[in-house]
Amino acid sequence: MSLLGKLSWDAIPLDQPIVMGVSFVMVLVIASILGWITLKGHWSYLWGEWLTSVDHKRIGIMYVILALIMLLRGFADALMMRAQQAVAAGDAQGYLPPEHFDQIFSAHGTIMIFFVAMPFVIGLMNFVVPLQLGVRDMAFPTLNSIGLGLTASGILLTNISLVVGEFAKTGWVAYPPLSELQFSPGVGVDYYLWALQISGVGTLMTGVNFVTTILKTRAPGMSYMRMPVFCWTALASNLLIVAAFPVLTATFAMLLLDRYLDFHFFTIDGQGNAMMYVNLFWVWGHPEVYILILPAFGVFSEVVSTFSGKALFGYRSMVAATLVICVLSFVVWLHHFFTMGASANVNGFFGVMTMIIAVPTGVKVFNWLFTMYGGRVRFEVPILWSVGFMVTFVIGGMTGVLMAVPPADFQLHNSLFLVAHFHNVIIGGVVFGVMAGYNYWFPKAFGFKLDERWGVASFWCWLIGFYLAFMPLYALGLMGMTRRMQHYDVVSWQPWLVAAAAGAVVILAGIVCQIIQLVVSIRARETLKVTADPWNGRTLEWVAASPPPAWNFATLPVVTDIDAFWQQKKEAHIEHAPAAQSSGYELIEMPKNSAIGFVTAFLAVVVGFAMIWHIWWMAALGALGIFLTTLAFAFREKEEIEISVEEIARFEEMQHAEVVA
Amino acid sequence: MNITVALDGHVQDHTAAPATGASHASKRIVVTYGFWIFLLSDIVMFSALFAAYSTLSRATAGGPSGAQLFDQVGVAIETACLLASSFTCGLMSLAIGSRRFGTTYLYALLTFALGGVFLALELREFAHMIAIGAAPQRSAFLSAFFALVGCHGLHVAVGLIWLLVMMVQVKVRRFSAAVERRLLCFALFWHALDIVWVWLFTVVYLIGVNQ
Repeated sequence: MSLLGKLSWDAIPLDQPIVMGVSFVMVLVIASILGWITLKGHWSYLWGEWLTSVDHKRIGIMYVILALIMLLRGFADALMMRAQQAVAAGDAQGYLPPEHFDQIFSAHGTIMIFFVAMPFVIGLMNFVVPLQLGVRDMAFPTLNSIGLGLTASGILLTNISLVVGEFAKTGWVAYPPLSELQFSPGVGVDYYLWALQISGVGTLMTGVNFVTTILKTRAPGMSYMRMPVFCWTALASNLLIVAAFPVLTATFAMLLLDRYLDFHFFTIDGQGNAMMYVNLFWVWGHPEVYILILPAFGVFSEVVSTFSGKALFGYRSMVAATLVICVLSFVVWLHHFFTMGASANVNGFFGVMTMIIAVPTGVKVFNWLFTMYGGRVRFEVPILWSVGFMVTFVIGGMTGVLMAVPPADFQLHNSLFLVAHFHNVIIGGVVFGVMAGYNYWFPKAFGFKLDERWGVASFWCWLIGFYLAFMPLYALGLMGMTRRMQHYDVVSWQPWLVAAAAGAVVILAGIVCQIIQLVVSIRARETLKVTADPWNGRTLEWVAASPPPAWNFATLPVVTDIDAFWQQKKEAHIEHAPAAQSSGYELIEMPKNSAIGFVTAFLAVVVGFAMIWHIWWMAALGALGIFLTTLAFAFREKEEIEISVEEIARFEEMQHAEVVA
Repeated sequence: MNITVALDGHVQDHTAAPATGASHASKRIVVTYGFWIFLLSDIVMFSALFAAYSTLSRATAGGPSGAQLFDQVGVAIETACLLASSFTCGLMSLAIGSRRFGTTYLYALLTFALGGVFLALELREFAHMIAIGAAPQRSAFLSAFFALVGCHGLHVAVGLIWLLVMMVQVKVRRFSAAVERRLLCFALFWHALDIVWVWLFTVVYLIGVNQ
């Protein structure tokens, strides 16, 4: 028994030039960023203003930054797979050996779902929900910071797997018995499990936090039926997190027990039941897709209504549809494995439920269309994404309904048709949604708009690239090509895969446009500068300054209607927020910054890494550290800082002066 | 029931909504509400373990079954201890509500002792089973049994540590608002563990002896 468990120099894949090259670049980039921060002396700013911040807006922005960085990583995986499949036909073997290809498709799925889509959606909710509710922070600001930290821990562990050891080769769902020790003896599955367990705890904290925030802390007068639709979808999404993520935690715990202590939950011997894993996984997994898409629906509702200059059509039906989806998402999980061999009646039930869940989604699409109908639509970047979504998502939804028919699914199961379907709804729905939200709320977060020209270019590249990359996969699926193939013998598939690879390159152009858009906008921030309400918005986040002060609102808004801000503007007959008052402010208490999130996250990485490599003493030390950190937090003296009346008045006056100028 | 009484009495006595006015609800309500949501999620996690146990309860792989292993008398004593500890925990909440320092400690001690006995009995059962070859590695049934019952036991252990820390906090901070909120959350946690145990007792031990 070595002091470092299973860890040795063999863990570093020195014999694999691609992996080493990528690792080298990654380490270089991280080192140069750290060096730049040190050189410029930004550490105290970074630590004091960001890493220890419990401000929901800062935390939201950090979530989005994490998501954008991981989007690059996950997309690099996608490009590698598309390139491999474009060439590996017939006798050609491509450039990726099978064991590497397997890690790439596993990492791609894991990263895109858990470390791109989730943090992006959670980041937007973090930034927007308290502002829309007209409050000053989340119900549990420090818990929020810990949630962010744990998400970052999971991300870090996943990236460490690139350099030290390997990642899972099991696909992002890690089905046993393949993921059991018997067939996956390496550390890959352990990286997967610990990264997701740790970030899953963080996500659960976020879920508890949002549910409490939305249900218990809202501006005076904001009854449920006056809540912005984005808040409704955030509520539904977080209810799903609270109800679904514990199942994932329990399932992964069982697999961990199997792998570490020789339990027999899903093993072949000892009468384990691998099918139970698949069931439990999708009991979490199907609600998960709604955890992602519902907030995106919320973004589209806000964007469509704002840019059409009209109240959302059918607010009540929108809320009802959201909640119906929230409930139904728990009774469709079996459609992920019709081929498992459940009886025809069971498959029939889940098939019918799956078709039914398309109905509330359809209601939503019609609501958005009717909102635009008769409106004066301003075709700015956020609504381009929304319209692109409506067309794309309807196609993806319909292919989903096709697969909800069990006999059809027997043909399409695990084929590229399925891969095309879920990319169609996740890219067309979630990605387009968060991109719309990113462009829509960016001015609120930073006080200047994103460049429109590059934004439009990015949208078109993404849209065209998406169709080029994924429509061929539908065809290939119907032709019988299964997913996750490192190599194939049917040469007639190749042209389709070349087209798909070209599509991926067009999407790459879209991503490049977004990076340029960001750089160009930061450079031209003075000319792109905006006041509190750049889009003629309708909800309360547009009342607060851009960027909002730590306390969001000097005096809490009083809500009398849906679209509270719109109502205020209508009544005041002015375009902008009412003039700043000069007195009558009250002292505001805000939660104090805390290092507990960062420290816990660091120690969680230590524990995770130690568990992966069987370094028991280190895991114990890390766990003890987390316990002591929590104790220290529980015993700290002061929990809040006070913001003086003078400071608030000074900020408000400055803000007012800018608006007038 | 105890906890409800304590809660109601308390709300009338000390509801001091924070000056921020950030919400309708006081911090006390927000914190306990959030903790309720967490408890619900915890119960969802247990439900996954219950589902696994129910699925695997007959998968003994030729090894011992529940009927051969479970000792209902021992489990009955365990149950009695846990339920009694919930009762003393309720009395503790009342003592906190009326600011009685010594009584709080007395009931905390009783709660801790009863919880400790429960845990000791459970560990003894585990040790006995492992000694006679009914370890979790023996069969899927035993894996599920140890995971489900062990997860509950782990919660009890965490609860005991929490109670210890809280007693130190009461010593240092007396009944500050934060300490009181945490004690209220602890009480909720402790009662929730009881609820889980009632299910566990029924599904594992009562049904188990017939399998």
